Amino acid sequence: MNGPFKTRSINEITYAPLTRRSFLKFGAAAAAAYAGFSVALSPLKDLKEHLSIEEFLQQHYERLTAEHMQKILARIEKEIERDYHVRATVKDIKPMHGVEYAFALNIGKCIGCRRCVYGCMAENNTSRDPQIQYIRVLEMKKGSQNVEESEHYYDHEWVPQADKYYMPVQCQQCQNPPCTKACPVKATWQEPDGIIVVDYNWCIGCRYCMAACPYWARRFNFAKPALPPEDINTDMAYLGNRIRPRGVVEKCTFCLRRVRQGMQPACVEVCPTGSRVFGNVRDPKSPIHYILNNKRVYIFKEEAGTIPRFYYCFDV
Amino acid sequence: MLRNYLIFLWRIYRFSFLGSVRYYVWMTILTIFSLVGLYAYAHQTVHGLAITGMTDQVSWGVYIANFTFIVGLAAAAVMLVIPAYIYQNKHLHDVVILGELLAIASIVMCLLFVNVDLGRPDRFWHLSPIIGVFNFPISMLSWDVIVLIGYLMLNVHICGYLLYMRYLRAQPSALFYMPFVLLAIAWAISIHTVTAFLYVGLVGRPFWNAAIVAPRFIGSAFTAGPGLMIIAFQIIRRFTRYKIDDEALHILRQIVTVSLLVNLFLLSCEAFKEFYAESVHSSSARYLFFGLNGYTALRPWIWFAITIETISAIILIIPALAKQMEYVNIACILSFVGIWIEKGMGMIVPGFLPTPLGEIVEYFPTLPETLVCMGIWSFGLLIYSWMIHLAIPILSGELSIQPEAVGTKQALSGAPAV
Repeated sequence: MNGPFKTRSINEITYAPLTRRSFLKFGAAAAAAYAGFSVALSPLKDLKEHLSIEEFLQQHYERLTAEHMQKILARIEKEIERDYHVRATVKDIKPMHGVEYAFALNIGKCIGCRRCVYGCMAENNTSRDPQIQYIRVLEMKKGSQNVEESEHYYDHEWVPQADKYYMPVQCQQCQNPPCTKACPVKATWQEPDGIIVVDYNWCIGCRYCMAACPYWARRFNFAKPALPPEDINTDMAYLGNRIRPRGVVEKCTFCLRRVRQGMQPACVEVCPTGSRVFGNVRDPKSPIHYILNNKRVYIFKEEAGTIPRFYYCFDV
Repeated sequence: MLRNYLIFLWRIYRFSFLGSVRYYVWMTILTIFSLVGLYAYAHQTVHGLAITGMTDQVSWGVYIANFTFIVGLAAAAVMLVIPAYIYQNKHLHDVVILGELLAIASIVMCLLFVNVDLGRPDRFWHLSPIIGVFNFPISMLSWDVIVLIGYLMLNVHICGYLLYMRYLRAQPSALFYMPFVLLAIAWAISIHTVTAFLYVGLVGRPFWNAAIVAPRFIGSAFTAGPGLMIIAFQIIRRFTRYKIDDEALHILRQIVTVSLLVNLFLLSCEAFKEFYAESVHSSSARYLFFGLNGYTALRPWIWFAITIETISAIILIIPALAKQMEYVNIACILSFVGIWIEKGMGMIVPGFLPTPLGEIVEYFPTLPETLVCMGIWSFGLLIYSWMIHLAIPILSGELSIQPEAVGTKQALSGAPAV
């Protein structure tokens, strides 16, 4: 036999009582381990993220009573004041009864000015650095429906350009959403009015929903959202436009805060061409109802079987 | 009973710190590398996933690539279990526990890779049933959590039970492990199939949304896993007194050969489908193999992987070469590296590119991201080495409840009455 066990058997060694020598060796090893761990964990001294016990233990949205929710909203308002130096009001705005939303975008009218993109950012408090946008306007080539032929980062002095057409894409609020199926913790779901929401305090940040979305509609907060105080919209909704924590997914909510209080989404309001129409499809007098019944309408990526509530339409 | 078990735990704890200088050096190196990974992860904890190369476009990167590859290593333990337990192949019987220990180390690495990829690791508990909300059976990720943790527990039980029985010098009772072994065989296939379904189930990603992904995963796993074991077992028999005969290695070699050929066959099926009848859905494959619109980051990697896998296959199918261990080792290393590239980054990144909106944003892992990966690999190797260090004296009878028959009176004197 060779190796370290020449004179004493393993049994003898492992049964042997601790000696002074082994105690010292143990002490030296423990000191080295302690030093190693302190160096390895030393970057944590710069940790600026706060995590209160209340936030850590907060339950899933559907399990919260009204009383819980009041406390949570107050806490979130305080967190926003602490981190962003503005006084915000955060409300938990519930869906209205008998309402189901739909959106129509007139692809013939859109000029690709991207006002919707920036109107959306202003309403929804998305991070300015790194910049998060919910709407992506594709500059499509004449004769092609292939998005791979489109230009995402066009930068012309004037739009529209000749021989191009413009196709804005955002969350399609699918009736058969692949993203909510993907989520392992039900942090994203479809509300009764059709809006797909994310509980930013329940999302674990696995980003499986982003992989699942066929419309590239979801965004991840890789860093803590950075917003100058003057850019912050202080009217916030819990499932909507409140400033997101770091490490969670967010997305277009049809401007839930606005539309559930009777307003139009920000992108509709700022569109200079009237390309965007939004409303309650269950209301037979609504413009969206008229468009879906009378205009030429199609959905994007029909083959994916997602059944969007977002329609593209065109005039004759 | 309980007292014996506590003594056992105490002794394996003591024995963990007993070893040759070589053992200490090896474990120290792995510890340092693991701590470097922890340092990088602490950095990530401070700055968020922004310090990685991932973007909204490529929202999974090298963490999930390694995760996917290592699930395959874990599943491959079954390739030792089937012949050893079902067909009573005595050559593999001796090494099967070493393979299952590799599965345990692999699953630990998988769980670490998933955890470092989370934006909110503090909310990991949301995945637990009852106190959290577990989207089972709808989400494929919830299936993956169940199969991985289940597989970990099965292997911990099987290895723990068999090793403890060996330590007690008692005959293991088939009732206590055979049902679990049979379950583990089916389970091993399931962990890799479910991991494949994670990708296959995504309708918006044509590169993944293909039936061939799951069989490809199994084929590549049963190449890389046994290949790693061939190398590991030679290292073990060289540096310990544990005997592993060449027969066992050659059985593994045959498994590697068949699996590698199957993997290459399935790869060619995939390539045929993508390129003979090329459609818009072939863009990801085109990006991977040939580059798209001037973006070619993955092209050299995938061709390198295919080349070395092919060389490996040629070595393994030439009998004169395949009988020599040196060539087998080269073949195993080549196919292991090839599959790590092909099934890691070569599988994950093209799934995202072009994005569903047709954009290409290339992904390159950053330094901290790479260090975290290195740290997890080192930690996996660390716990595998540690388990081997404990398992081998137990298997060889050196570490047992009764001192060895060859032991002297002195050896007995330290032992408490049991």
